Amino acid sequence: MTPRHLLSVADLGLDGIDEVLRLADTFVEVGRRPIPRVPALRGKTIVSTFFEDSTRTRLSFEAAAKRLSADVLTFTGSSSSLNKGEPLRDTVLTLEAMGVDAFVVRHSCAGVPAQVAGWLESAGGAGGAGGAGGAGGAGGAGGAGGQPGSGASVLNAGDGAHEHPTQALLDCFTISRERERRLGYSPARPAVLSGLSIAIVGDIRHSRVARSNVIAFSTLGATVTLVAPPTLLPPSLEGWPVEVSHDMDAVVAKSDVVYLLRLQSERMNEQFLPSLREYTATFGLTAERARLLGPSALVMHPGPVRRGIEIAAEVADSPVSVITTQVANGVAVRMAVLYLLLGSGAPVGA
Amino acid sequence: MGQRERTLVSPAGGVFRGRAVVMDAEDVRRATWRIAHEILEHNRGAGNLVLVGLQTGGVWIASALADVVRAVTATDVPVGALDVAYYRDDIGLRPVLPVAATEIPVDLGGAVVVLCDDVLFTGRTVRAALNALTDLGRPAAVQLAVMVDRGHRELPIRPDYVGKNLPTRRLEMVDVSPEGVVLGDMVAPGDKVAARDLGALGDTVAPGALAALGGTLAPGDNVAPEGEAV
Repeated sequence: MTPRHLLSVADLGLDGIDEVLRLADTFVEVGRRPIPRVPALRGKTIVSTFFEDSTRTRLSFEAAAKRLSADVLTFTGSSSSLNKGEPLRDTVLTLEAMGVDAFVVRHSCAGVPAQVAGWLESAGGAGGAGGAGGAGGAGGAGGAGGQPGSGASVLNAGDGAHEHPTQALLDCFTISRERERRLGYSPARPAVLSGLSIAIVGDIRHSRVARSNVIAFSTLGATVTLVAPPTLLPPSLEGWPVEVSHDMDAVVAKSDVVYLLRLQSERMNEQFLPSLREYTATFGLTAERARLLGPSALVMHPGPVRRGIEIAAEVADSPVSVITTQVANGVAVRMAVLYLLLGSGAPVGA
Repeated sequence: MGQRERTLVSPAGGVFRGRAVVMDAEDVRRATWRIAHEILEHNRGAGNLVLVGLQTGGVWIASALADVVRAVTATDVPVGALDVAYYRDDIGLRPVLPVAATEIPVDLGGAVVVLCDDVLFTGRTVRAALNALTDLGRPAAVQLAVMVDRGHRELPIRPDYVGKNLPTRRLEMVDVSPEGVVLGDMVAPGDKVAARDLGALGDTVAPGALAALGGTLAPGDNVAPEGEAV
């Protein structure tokens, strides 16, 4: 069954991720058309609620929604009634009352999208079958899922250091399709990353991208190695399906994918590193270190890239880097997620 | 058998159970040849034709028609495949997922597009396909070729080329493949086709097809969609 919300990439499971990747293929084709738009979500309203700065995720979601012919409302925390003291819950329920079908939520605090989902479910579910909320939400969604509440979905676009599921999905899509394109073979579905060694390097501690990607990569069959100074690893890795290394050279040489993370200085309220130069020398993908990469290795980064710190500029611009491909695939993958949650009415794998 | 059964499992569950062979492989081959000739006659050659099969049932028909056109005129006609899932009007009402990517190898601007599908039923798929085509270019003309027209149209759409007009009841299913055309039902796995369904066959299937079935089909028999069991 398709989940109503996408709060964690784990909500999808192996079959759900596979379905998203398969749909994303069809949306890549849509993106190549003279008119890159389909009427699939006509009449649906999607609001992007970003309480934290973002360039690519917000624009990518909005482009995806528009290419599906949905109506897009943009809410920015800084210019809203939140500044007048309106609680977040009231803001969410106000937007819902306008007849919103999906909330794309980013917040600097972990758990906010889950909280928003809880409010939406209790508001519509308890209050009334056939009440104002039910009528405002799409009749189609109610009919297809029989879900309580108004039927509005919540998509997590990054919450604190918790998760960033659509980033993980577009990364899985990029790795699998880029390897397919470069090496000319199709991996067996659904575990399309089977047998790959993927290194995630850098600020794991503050990274929601790392958390979602560890789940997604390992679900799809990859072996994940975390590479970071001990200060930038989470306090506990218990239950994480990962290996840990501090030897960047050895990991770079044996990895199929080197996934670099941005040092999140805005979340660092204490001294985690002796100096940026030392970080670059030990864990950065410098031009010398990039020579250790295998012939079919890929270098990835969720952006924004801090050139010269986690990756040398010439490596970021070389053919091993698929950083811009990640961004390009982001729109197609987000179209797939929006369509799966709002449009298909489809049980996955049923 | 196994493969065809898998492809015919409906989203609601259930398995296609064939009841009457309406066309055999040779009939389908002859219809394909006739339609290809009609397309060439109507368009005065293969000039700027593009054959576009609707995913998935129409794709093999488009390439089969292209094979005939190549054999007759020594012209390679571009063949495309179109998935119309995102243009359907029942999105949100039932599971609508694309089965395969759309592949149109040429610019459709100014081309004569022949949409190819296996079965023409309500016309809603063709409506979706017409909308999809307008997003892909501006063809000079769009024509429609189907192997089976089973009636029950819900939109003002008519085919230009038809393999066979097959009157059906609404709940019946028609399976079309290069091996033949079989009329049957979607049944829950394990269900037997009720005897009265067979009794009613007389008004829905051409007498010839029924005679061909003759005594070989007992009520509840599972006709292999390939027709080899008949």
